[in-house]
Amino acid sequence: MAAGVAAWLPFARAAAIGWMPVANCPMPLAPADKNKRQDELIILNVSGRRFQTWRTTLERYPDTLLGSTEKEFFFNEDTKEYFFDRDPEVFRCVLNFYRTGKLHYPRYECISAYDDELAFYGILPEIIGDCCYEEYKDRKRENAERLMDDNDSENNQESMPSLSFRQTMWRAFENPHTSTLALVFYYVTGFFIAVSVITNVVETVPCGTVPGSKELPCGERYSVAFFCLDTACVMIFTVEYLLRLFAAPSRYRFIRSVMSIIDVVAIMPYYIGLVMTNNEDVSGAFVTLRVFRVFRIFKFSRHSQGLRILGYTLKSCASELGFLLFSLTMAIIIFATVMFYAEKGSSASKFTSIPASFWYTIVTMTTLGYGDMVPKTIAGKIFGSICSLSGVLVIALPVPVIVSNFSRIYHQNQRADKRRAQKKARLARIRVAKTGSSNAYLHSKRNGLLNEALELMGTPEEEHTGKITSLIESQHHHLLHCLEKTTNHEFIDEQMFEQNCMESSMQNYPSTRSPSLSSHPGLTTTCCSRRSKKTTHLPNSNLPATRLRSMQELSTIHIQGSEQPSLTTSRSSLNLKADDGLRPNCKTSQITTAIISIPTPPVLTPEGESRPPTSSPGPNTNIPSVASNVVKVSAL
Amino acid sequence: MYKVLTGVLDPDSVEDELEMATVRHRPEALELLEAQSKFTKKELQILYRGFKNECPSGVVNEETFKEIYSQFFPQGDSTTYAHFLFNAFDTDHNGAVSFEDFIKGLSILLRGTVQEKLNWAFNLYDINKDGYITKEEMLDIMKAIYDMMGKCTYPVLKEDAPRQHVETFFQKMDKNKDGVVTIDEFIESCQKDENIMRSMQLFENVI
Repeated sequence: MAAGVAAWLPFARAAAIGWMPVANCPMPLAPADKNKRQDELIILNVSGRRFQTWRTTLERYPDTLLGSTEKEFFFNEDTKEYFFDRDPEVFRCVLNFYRTGKLHYPRYECISAYDDELAFYGILPEIIGDCCYEEYKDRKRENAERLMDDNDSENNQESMPSLSFRQTMWRAFENPHTSTLALVFYYVTGFFIAVSVITNVVETVPCGTVPGSKELPCGERYSVAFFCLDTACVMIFTVEYLLRLFAAPSRYRFIRSVMSIIDVVAIMPYYIGLVMTNNEDVSGAFVTLRVFRVFRIFKFSRHSQGLRILGYTLKSCASELGFLLFSLTMAIIIFATVMFYAEKGSSASKFTSIPASFWYTIVTMTTLGYGDMVPKTIAGKIFGSICSLSGVLVIALPVPVIVSNFSRIYHQNQRADKRRAQKKARLARIRVAKTGSSNAYLHSKRNGLLNEALELMGTPEEEHTGKITSLIESQHHHLLHCLEKTTNHEFIDEQMFEQNCMESSMQNYPSTRSPSLSSHPGLTTTCCSRRSKKTTHLPNSNLPATRLRSMQELSTIHIQGSEQPSLTTSRSSLNLKADDGLRPNCKTSQITTAIISIPTPPVLTPEGESRPPTSSPGPNTNIPSVASNVVKVSAL
Repeated sequence: MYKVLTGVLDPDSVEDELEMATVRHRPEALELLEAQSKFTKKELQILYRGFKNECPSGVVNEETFKEIYSQFFPQGDSTTYAHFLFNAFDTDHNGAVSFEDFIKGLSILLRGTVQEKLNWAFNLYDINKDGYITKEEMLDIMKAIYDMMGKCTYPVLKEDAPRQHVETFFQKMDKNKDGVVTIDEFIESCQKDENIMRSMQLFENVI
């Protein structure tokens, strides 16, 4: 039953009294009105804007969010209203749907935002009313095409690891930017196309006289040279065509495609010329065939996107072009006939027949006006002027359609390029965000450990280092920390990782292990560490002043060889007093600008989570005897 | 309980190539869910809001689930583990996690007894749900977990780290050394390990 008429049900039931006198059997019992609620006003608070409606209005469509018990999830007990954290503008349309039964689509609204809202409220877009349905469908289709284009171009640029040789070749042909070899091939073929076209042109230029005969075109004078050039070009074109044929995913479709036909037409004349003998009769036809060599210039359309767009435009405007041609033909025939009969009278008229007048009509209608045929009679002149005026009109009509088509397709292409660039930027931003979040975790880990170190020392004036992390952030970091503990490995950032990989050969396993430090072998670096790329906010800057001073003393520190009793900025070293352990190492003093990286002991936290059995907790003020450790301090 | 909303008012819009039959799923009434799970009404409301935000249609399919889960682990590849998690939540194995499934799982994980939680974990590890955890299943799970770490770890992740971890696990859990871990062995061994018991209480205050 259509939901809107539910309000009329009491009327229909009341009117059923009319059947009672006629009925033979007793009537069934009426259903008990168990939850007969008085219709109440419901307040819907959508992002602060309050809408009010009757409960029964909403219950007309029990399959939607507002009409079912699902809205109870959004009920706020304190204010006795339903709160939705959504767009109030679109909610207006949604609520109107309940009231009137018609869903409208506001034109100013973005199509995907509108779709999202409808999905949230559980309303299917199919029920948009007729008045707005066209608009909605059009916008949706546009959007879908845009998305599909995006996906296509994205798929084209994805690196598919397992491509057969044939597929790689095809991809190289279609997108020259995929590999250097493809790019080289692209430019080489372009060059040879240009050479071939120029050869064809220059061949016919008169090149100076051979004594004793008339002026020769260059083609005949240097015929060997030109022949060699032509052969070279045709070789290249043939090889290219065969390679494309081999690599094409569907050979049949490739053969039928326009580009391949152009390729074939471009190289055929040469082979036919080879085959044919220098026969007098046949050489006439041979000369004609050479005309087809000019088709080589169309091979440039693989290299030029503009040409492709032009070709595509002409193809898509085929109907307009056809109309143009047809109307022109009609006009030509009409005017040619009129001119012929008008000029029939005059003597020595050039208008010898109607087909002869065609030439005049065409030249006049396109406003060329060569002047080789002019009307002499007055009637002829009158009709001639009418002809030229109407010519302008007939030609001008279909041209804007073609132009607008061309501009639409051209802009679509521009938009595709722009979208690709935007997508790249977006992916880069996502990547940056990802590394940002992982760096935030590593950073807060360091901060957390510094915090614990300070707590261990028990200095009275300690401050909490690091920035205040939100609850969500700290919970997220806890999650990542749990993952680290599960696998017994830690997250580190990329540069540290690369460094570890490089120095893993020079690692020194410490003979004794500090009971308070990590049970992993420390990192050793040589003097040549060069890490100035990373600039993160130093946690040191928040340390209390005493520590800061000690840190400044550290600014002349360096990286050590493995034999030295090393300085560590691990927790234990922070237990040391300022003058104690931070003696500059005289052997290899180098200032490196790098971030402070504490080799984070993966195990110790005062909270007593699971740790390997060798270490023991507790504040430890011993100088660690870890033989090797990384100390990289920034020059503050 | 899937209801496909038919366009009651506009019958011509049934065939349209661009529209697929969208599945809307409405969860059970709030009171019913409150009775079935151990959450309060307010908590359910909060959970539902978050759920509905990501999945307005009311169900999560595996793709969306993997996407959401991978946002929390930027450094590694969490798709395999998300797949196992999805199967653990999708108790009726219909390829989609509805809000009820979601609440059922969360109710066990956050408010259940230690026994129930261990049961859930066993169910997660037992990929083919046959009641036994074999070494291969555990290896798959372990590899998925290690995948989430990514490659930038300290110390460098070795190829056989998951396998070694599985060996350690089996040494601890497999009491009768028959190569599989049953639910009783699992629960018994976990109850003996203090660390595991303590860590089970870790996430109580998630909401």
